[in-house]
Amino acid sequence: MRQTWAPLAATITVFLALFGAGGGLYNHFLSTLVLGNILGDNAFLIVAAIGANFVILSGGIDLSIGSMIGFVGVVMAKLDGFGWHPLASAVLMLVFGAGFGGLQGLLIDFCEIQPFIVTLAGLFLLRGLCFMVSLDSAPLRHPFVSDFAGWAVTLPGEGFLASSALTMFAALVVAMLIAHRTSFGADVYAIGGDRASAALMGVPMRRTIVKIYALGGLYSALAGVIYALYTSSGYPLAGSGAELSAIAAVVLGGTLLTGGVGLVVGSLFGGMILGLIATLINFNGSLNGAWIMISSGVLLFAFIVMQRVLVGSLTARAAH
Amino acid sequence: MRSFAPPSPLAAPRKRAAPRLLWPALALGLILVVDGIISPHFFSIRIVEGRLFGNLIDIVYRATPIAMVALGMAVVIGTKGIDLSVGSIIAIAGATLDWRIHSGDPHAVALLAALGVGLACGLWNGLLVAVLEIQPIIATLILMVSGRGIGLMINLIYGANPSFESALLQGLSTGHVGWIPTRILVGLGLGLALWGLTRLTAFGLFLEAVGANPRAAQLAGVEARGIKLAAYLVCGFMAASAGVILTADTHTSDPVSVGLYIELDAILAVVIGGGSLNGGRVYLAGAVLGAVVIQALTTSILTSGLPPEYNLVVKAAVVLVVLLLQSAKVRTAAVGVFRKGRR
Repeated sequence: MRQTWAPLAATITVFLALFGAGGGLYNHFLSTLVLGNILGDNAFLIVAAIGANFVILSGGIDLSIGSMIGFVGVVMAKLDGFGWHPLASAVLMLVFGAGFGGLQGLLIDFCEIQPFIVTLAGLFLLRGLCFMVSLDSAPLRHPFVSDFAGWAVTLPGEGFLASSALTMFAALVVAMLIAHRTSFGADVYAIGGDRASAALMGVPMRRTIVKIYALGGLYSALAGVIYALYTSSGYPLAGSGAELSAIAAVVLGGTLLTGGVGLVVGSLFGGMILGLIATLINFNGSLNGAWIMISSGVLLFAFIVMQRVLVGSLTARAAH
Repeated sequence: MRSFAPPSPLAAPRKRAAPRLLWPALALGLILVVDGIISPHFFSIRIVEGRLFGNLIDIVYRATPIAMVALGMAVVIGTKGIDLSVGSIIAIAGATLDWRIHSGDPHAVALLAALGVGLACGLWNGLLVAVLEIQPIIATLILMVSGRGIGLMINLIYGANPSFESALLQGLSTGHVGWIPTRILVGLGLGLALWGLTRLTAFGLFLEAVGANPRAAQLAGVEARGIKLAAYLVCGFMAASAGVILTADTHTSDPVSVGLYIELDAILAVVIGGGSLNGGRVYLAGAVLGAVVIQALTTSILTSGLPPEYNLVVKAAVVLVVLLLQSAKVRTAAVGVFRKGRR
């Protein structure tokens, strides 16, 4: 467990340290308003990262996340134009996401093609389908969308948790129960830890792999639904590159890309760190596009190195 | 112990190499046959203004930068790594080229500066992966995220004018030697040099040893860190070379869009060419063939007259078919059926 908890503890420490540093730099930074905004703005990314966490825990990878977010958005906008209720189209897209993910899992396991490549084809396919559905941004006009955006829980201070953040927390709790309280969750860790041993111990490989990618697809579709409702539109380029942010969030949250080690809740903190990086850059306000890109890279680097150093000292102390 | 030995071509019988290249070649053949059916003039090659001209030449011409990047990627993937930053390195190399030309350097020196910057980027990635032991996908994500910003910054600070004229560089990119486009010769030269480096020296063996089992390689006396570092240096250099070709082609430094998503095409090219992301194998010829397959596909979709929004869907479908053809399991099943039929 030491191997599991140390990176997460380091991530939380680094997050708090930088949040504090932000408070030192800017007035009004240390507030529940900023914290609530980070959670609300990045809810879709955290949800996508939760799905990606399962896939990565099993030793795989899913690159189709960003395209799925875009595809869900354009289809929901299209169906909105036909008069569908957003909840109905959301359910349809969740089923589609799970089915698409499951199909990817089946290809990976049955045909023994590397996950990176199968899901890369998935990335191309879904992004291509986005363009086929719509080439332009389309609005979601149903009154439910603005109602959804209006719901919020107020926090102490001026802050509030938006409906997107609340949905994210619900998805996180479900995911934690699946990962740590079901035999499927144990199978995910077993496959990621040592595939051959897992198979010998009787883990149903094909069924589990298909379920893992179906769960990944379901969560990326949910991320797409949250994103579409949050921006109240569907845009065919939405979510470009979100797969890499999700993977970065998972890794920052302490999950090893080699699989078997990590906690689902890590995605929350990993995603919040990425959100914090964006917020720090926004608070500065004077940065142009070039500096935003460079400082995101520098901050990502700083986080990774700090986390690495902290994990090193934590595990060294525990070993004594 | 047998299963832990790196599947090096030095140890494997020569005939194994043929089927490996057969599948991507078959995919290329299929794409071209479809092209031939759609447009009968697809294969015509003629000489216009002293150089070869035609769809086939165009495919190889446009595939050259992808192939250069894919060659470097094949080396990195051989060490069980990955380099997501190649597109950013292309952007930085292009911006450096423009900057040095406008600050009055001889164009050959500007070229060397761009390649040097590529090596520096490779060194950065290599240090993160080999010394800090950060997982490659995350380590190279840092430069991927910030690299285009660095390119823009170079343009902003030093390059008042993002476009330039250079007989030397444009000659390298769009010129021709005899009937043959120069960039194809440049690509061939770099590919052969890399082939020599990995097949005529022990470097290739070490690469595959490190990729197959880093700990065993270290115990066997291979300096795994140094080898990994060298792999990222090679990848940075190849990406910068592609950056020079692409930037000189438009004689403009455009860090935002030059080589966008080329990392995905390069990785795909390596895999179509028979490489495994699990490391331990470096197939240079396969990577080049993979790049040609991808470009053939792109060119075919464009010339077939399909609306451009169908591009990605067709690409995904063809990629899946190629992968299914290549899948060892599907192939074994097919061979099994074939053998049964012969009995």
